[in-house]
Amino acid sequence: MDIFDFSSGREGYYGQYGGVFLPEVLHNTIEELLHCFRECKEDPDFWREYVRLLQNYSGRPTPVTHLPNLSSHLGGAQIYVKRDDLNHTGSHKINNVMGQGLLCQRLGKKKVIAETGAGQHGYATATMAARFGFDCKIYMGAVDVARQRPNVFWMENLGAEVIAVQDGQKTLKDAINECMRDWVLNMTDTHYVLGTACGPHPFPEMVSWFQSIIGIEAREQILALVGKLPDRIYACVGGGSNAIGIFQGFLNDENVELVGCEAGGLGVGSNMHAARLAYNDASVGVAQGYKTYFLQNQQGNMLETHSIAAGLDYIGINPIFSYLWEQDKVRFEAATDLEVKEALRLIMRMEGLIPALETTHAFASAIKEAPTMAADQIILINQSGRGDKDIFMIADALDDQQWKSFIKDKATQYRLEEN
Amino acid sequence: MELATYIRERRQEKELLIMAHVVCGYPSFEENMQALEIMEQAGVDLVELQFPFSEPSADGPIFVRANEESLKSGTTIDQCFDFMRAVTSRFTFKVLMMGYYNTVFKMGEKDFLERLSAAGGVAFILPDLPIAESVMLRKTALSRGIDPIIFMTPTSSEKRLSELGAASSGMVYVVARKGVTGTKSNIDAEVVALLQRCRMHTDVPLGLGFGISNRDDLQVLRGTADVAIIGTAALKTWQNAGPFGLRDFFHALS
Repeated sequence: MDIFDFSSGREGYYGQYGGVFLPEVLHNTIEELLHCFRECKEDPDFWREYVRLLQNYSGRPTPVTHLPNLSSHLGGAQIYVKRDDLNHTGSHKINNVMGQGLLCQRLGKKKVIAETGAGQHGYATATMAARFGFDCKIYMGAVDVARQRPNVFWMENLGAEVIAVQDGQKTLKDAINECMRDWVLNMTDTHYVLGTACGPHPFPEMVSWFQSIIGIEAREQILALVGKLPDRIYACVGGGSNAIGIFQGFLNDENVELVGCEAGGLGVGSNMHAARLAYNDASVGVAQGYKTYFLQNQQGNMLETHSIAAGLDYIGINPIFSYLWEQDKVRFEAATDLEVKEALRLIMRMEGLIPALETTHAFASAIKEAPTMAADQIILINQSGRGDKDIFMIADALDDQQWKSFIKDKATQYRLEEN
Repeated sequence: MELATYIRERRQEKELLIMAHVVCGYPSFEENMQALEIMEQAGVDLVELQFPFSEPSADGPIFVRANEESLKSGTTIDQCFDFMRAVTSRFTFKVLMMGYYNTVFKMGEKDFLERLSAAGGVAFILPDLPIAESVMLRKTALSRGIDPIIFMTPTSSEKRLSELGAASSGMVYVVARKGVTGTKSNIDAEVVALLQRCRMHTDVPLGLGFGISNRDDLQVLRGTADVAIIGTAALKTWQNAGPFGLRDFFHALS
């Protein structure tokens, strides 16, 4: 199947999901973006330039690594991971932003804006902007600014202006609204670098296209390594860009099961999670420029979401996934905060890998299911991001006492220096 | 076409009509009613009642806060429709629903139109619903005598303006400038030129909104626009100077 072949349906729609729901004043801007994107997608030179850029700037292709210790510990399937954590800036986010950077050059725009939740996408965008020489403004919920200072530090040092958004829940969705408000004013010279495969068409398709590099590489690599396709592929799903990225390499393989792993937060029935499809709390709605499943109330107002991983803490989901889920092409599971902490400890000790908290959701789901699979079966996990740079978050999550006393000492030292 | 007829009739006596804006439930329904009383006395011709939404991405800070506060105090859609019913039976100005598409989508387009009609609303304004996505809704609305309000903007090409013109009914909402609601616009020759461009593409009355705040703005619009749309400036006045301030504000306009 080609999910991006719109010839038999409406452009920008995946089943009933997707579309463009934007103020009229953006009509021309989004048309111009769509036109430019179509040109890029049809131009093989563009893709070659994109791949070359990622190869010599971000370290692609990222390897696929076998996890023999974890596999034998769980006593089931053989587990492999696609190492997108080894990218420059520490996650798959760089793929999308470098692609949009090239596209922004073609558009002839000199300024970029982006939303960010955990700060990963903002950090990657600030990096791209520095490299391409764009002015860069990052909108980030005030709550996220407070809990993600290290990423804010890097964004600012990379030359970006970070704006703390004080509206709503002061998290990712509010940062997206604020980007929209900036864009409706400054669209003439500004490109909006949306960070995930959500929002109005063509963003879901465009972000998916850039992230498809993960799946293209992974398919070749796993075939070379084990001589067959994986039985199941796990990827975490916030907006859903890393997952659609790896899944695209295997969408037409009947025997490969695709599993999207959402943020279970405090679990089923807690109302404190971001599991749109794995739990039954979401319904179809229209917000932030597109139609998909949202965590919202009867009146259509968005609900509060929660996750230990800020990057998964979002109300909506990639509209392509709403469709693929409905078509039974992707199964959705959720991992709770607690399961994620346990999984992270296990992976660090057994394999010396430190996945990001977001990514650990995919591990947690795989760890649950691996023991029920046969020893000759293959699991592939997309390790979308690394966790070592989220040391503040992870130390908090693991409630590390030594770390806390280190921070206290550090604070005391700063106070003394001030006096 | 009820709305267009109403505007044309009023225009026989008045050169420029005024449309005001109220966010339902902010600061409270009681205060909304008080503000509307003042608007009625000041001769306001049309009022948009905004149904609060959690993601008002086309609004500026003052309306964003108002949406947020209203929802926080528990405002529901039922209350908004009840309020609209009360307003339309009490006042002479026409009432339009303003909000975001999800509110309509979640209750179902048919139900929405039925309830709007029952509450006495004559039109709806949904800034995040482009014409390509509203074909069915517009068709059903028109068959019930309700006007879907279309936007025309400074970034619209001639081609786009003609598409928008073809879809327009009741009134066109012409956006004075780029950006969100609530920032002062220069209501100048450029805006007049925009209105003239829009006029080429539609026969229905033109309302101009975004950043209108005083008598001078209105003076510029006389003769080119049919309706001046005043939103944030009035709410700001209410917040800073209360009912008396609002009375003075509307008096100073006429």
